Amino acid sequence: MTARAPAPHPVITFIVRRLIATVFLLIVVSMITFAIFFLLPRLAGQTTRGLASQYIGRNPTPAAVHAIEQQLGLDAPLPVQYGRFLRGIVLGEHFNAGTSKAYCPPPCFGYSFKNQQPVWPMMVSGLPVTISLAVGAAILWLVGGVAIGVISALRRGTLFDRFSMGVALAGVSLPIFFTGLIALELFSYKWPIFPNVQFVPFTQNPLLWARNLVLPWVVLAFLYAALYARLTRAGMLETMSEDYIRTARAKGLPERTVIFKHGLRAALTPIVTIFGMDIGLLLGGAILTEVTFSLHGLGLFTVEAIQNQDLPEILGVTLLAAFFIVIANLVVDVLYAVVDPRVRH
Amino acid sequence: MPDTLLDVQDLRIHFPTSDGLVKAVDGLSFSLERGRTLGIVGESGSGKSVTSLGIMGLHHGTNAQTSGHIRLDGEELVGATPGRVRELRGSKMAMIFQDPLSSLHPYYTVGAQIAEAYLVHNQVGKKVAHKHAVDMLARVGIPQPATRVNDYPHQFSGGMRQRAMIAMALSCDPELLIADEPTTALDVTVQAQILDLIWDLQQEYHSAVIIITHDLGVVAELSDDILVMYAGRMAEYGSAEEIFDQPGHPYTWGLLASMPRIDEARLERLIPIKGTPPSLIDVPSGCAFHPRCRYAGFTDGRSQTDVPAPREVSPGHLVACHLTGDQRRKFRTELDLEETEAATARMTQGEL
Repeated sequence: MTARAPAPHPVITFIVRRLIATVFLLIVVSMITFAIFFLLPRLAGQTTRGLASQYIGRNPTPAAVHAIEQQLGLDAPLPVQYGRFLRGIVLGEHFNAGTSKAYCPPPCFGYSFKNQQPVWPMMVSGLPVTISLAVGAAILWLVGGVAIGVISALRRGTLFDRFSMGVALAGVSLPIFFTGLIALELFSYKWPIFPNVQFVPFTQNPLLWARNLVLPWVVLAFLYAALYARLTRAGMLETMSEDYIRTARAKGLPERTVIFKHGLRAALTPIVTIFGMDIGLLLGGAILTEVTFSLHGLGLFTVEAIQNQDLPEILGVTLLAAFFIVIANLVVDVLYAVVDPRVRH
Repeated sequence: MPDTLLDVQDLRIHFPTSDGLVKAVDGLSFSLERGRTLGIVGESGSGKSVTSLGIMGLHHGTNAQTSGHIRLDGEELVGATPGRVRELRGSKMAMIFQDPLSSLHPYYTVGAQIAEAYLVHNQVGKKVAHKHAVDMLARVGIPQPATRVNDYPHQFSGGMRQRAMIAMALSCDPELLIADEPTTALDVTVQAQILDLIWDLQQEYHSAVIIITHDLGVVAELSDDILVMYAGRMAEYGSAEEIFDQPGHPYTWGLLASMPRIDEARLERLIPIKGTPPSLIDVPSGCAFHPRCRYAGFTDGRSQTDVPAPREVSPGHLVACHLTGDQRRKFRTELDLEETEAATARMTQGEL
């Protein structure tokens, strides 16, 4: 008998399988996004010449427009343009648009002729803001929402349960631009506990970074914590009536172990899924919060790009957001396999 | 001198609900000696499961009102602190449940779940507990226990899961094992194996066992004594031989007539008991069985007004019925005759 290599751990094979699938998924997502931004202007009646004129500024001469059209390859077929786009990501690209000559270093996700800058560094500069906002708020709402949900479920029908679920209902219903403006009005202007909310990099002054982000964190977390509290409560109520909870009690386990090790563990699984997706979405830009608090992250970048009809910027930020969601999806799936043994097999 | 392990006296477990008071168990008394098996039989809603949960102290968390006495090895459990009952759970008394798949936690390995039961009652390290889990799996007949101990419940077959449940329940060597419908969710072929296993382990551990079931076949196989419950009360109690050979309660007659038998060539059809079990909120007055009992008219109306007290009809054999001994013998003989006649009639019609 030949010696066989030991089979890799099921979680490892699962991760490898999912990683390969994720690479393909990202390529498909980029193709679709690219095709949409290639086709949309044409469906709206734009000509390649019209597109080119967008890149050149006011009152262009027809000759200059034609030159740009050629140089940018706007008249090339879709696959060729997509190929150039991919090449730019890996190798970078030189843009020569009449008056403006520019080099877009790799990874080149396009060049904004309106801002006269490559898209990638602009997005990267917005990332710390968005990441700070999303991660901080996520920790707040995850801890707060789950804790309130668990307590509500265990004290079902009590004053605490009714009160917190009432607040949660309000939290789910109130939009961020409402709660955000009220928070600003109260705690930044009327009682200036958190004055001058603006982003300070963590590396520069961690204390100021945290202080200035408290309001956006709380406002963003309030919305999600409300949702998570309700989800956790429902999940806990369901799991605590499962047969295996009765078994855990029959073993003589302390109630704390029954609740946390046996109850919460099972109730958290769907929460993990939703949490991953929410984080992924937010990393692509917490648009409403960033606009409300004038934080220059990806969300505000997106809004400005759309207002300026800056196609390369919109394309870039869409791809980045898609990337975050796909990665979040991957992390969720892997976590799921770690948490729930039934997924692995 | 009888070696009594469990003594239940006048146990009442009532649940207040918005619809009214549910009297799930209403004045139940029985006792159980070490090394013996008691089968508790009854239809759904007869209070047999609540009785077992009540003994284990697992009916708490609901707003149950419990009164009476449950003495385990002389120690009173009714009114004992939840902490004390928790200590006894899993160590001195253990329970296995109907559906082994939903009763095992899907996220933990079978071994971890068995080891957990051992760890909570014994001051040992994790390695010792793991080793113990392997030993227990071996003892309940799981092949390759050292590998299977790391499997998750969904990787086990139904019979193996129930074996694992039994291993978990027995991991602390309990003196009382309660099995609530242990074979109902299993394939017929596996049922006998599990019953054999419970029997073997009982001989080995000399523990007392309560088997709760609606299946008379199960109790016939395993039980020394049988308690027939109806609407939260005792209908009949006695040794298995007495109950099967000399059943005294019309409800027990009905149960026996509705049970298929393989051991004797049965000529009659199965005869179902008419009607449905009563609601435990609105239990019929007097004898709870009287609306379904064809002999209720022979008790001078007492079955509608008085709750029959269990009476000893022969040593150790209790029957809660208003009929006199003579009446019972007469009706029983008539019933046997009736069944035989019906069978003969069908035979002559060429139905067989």
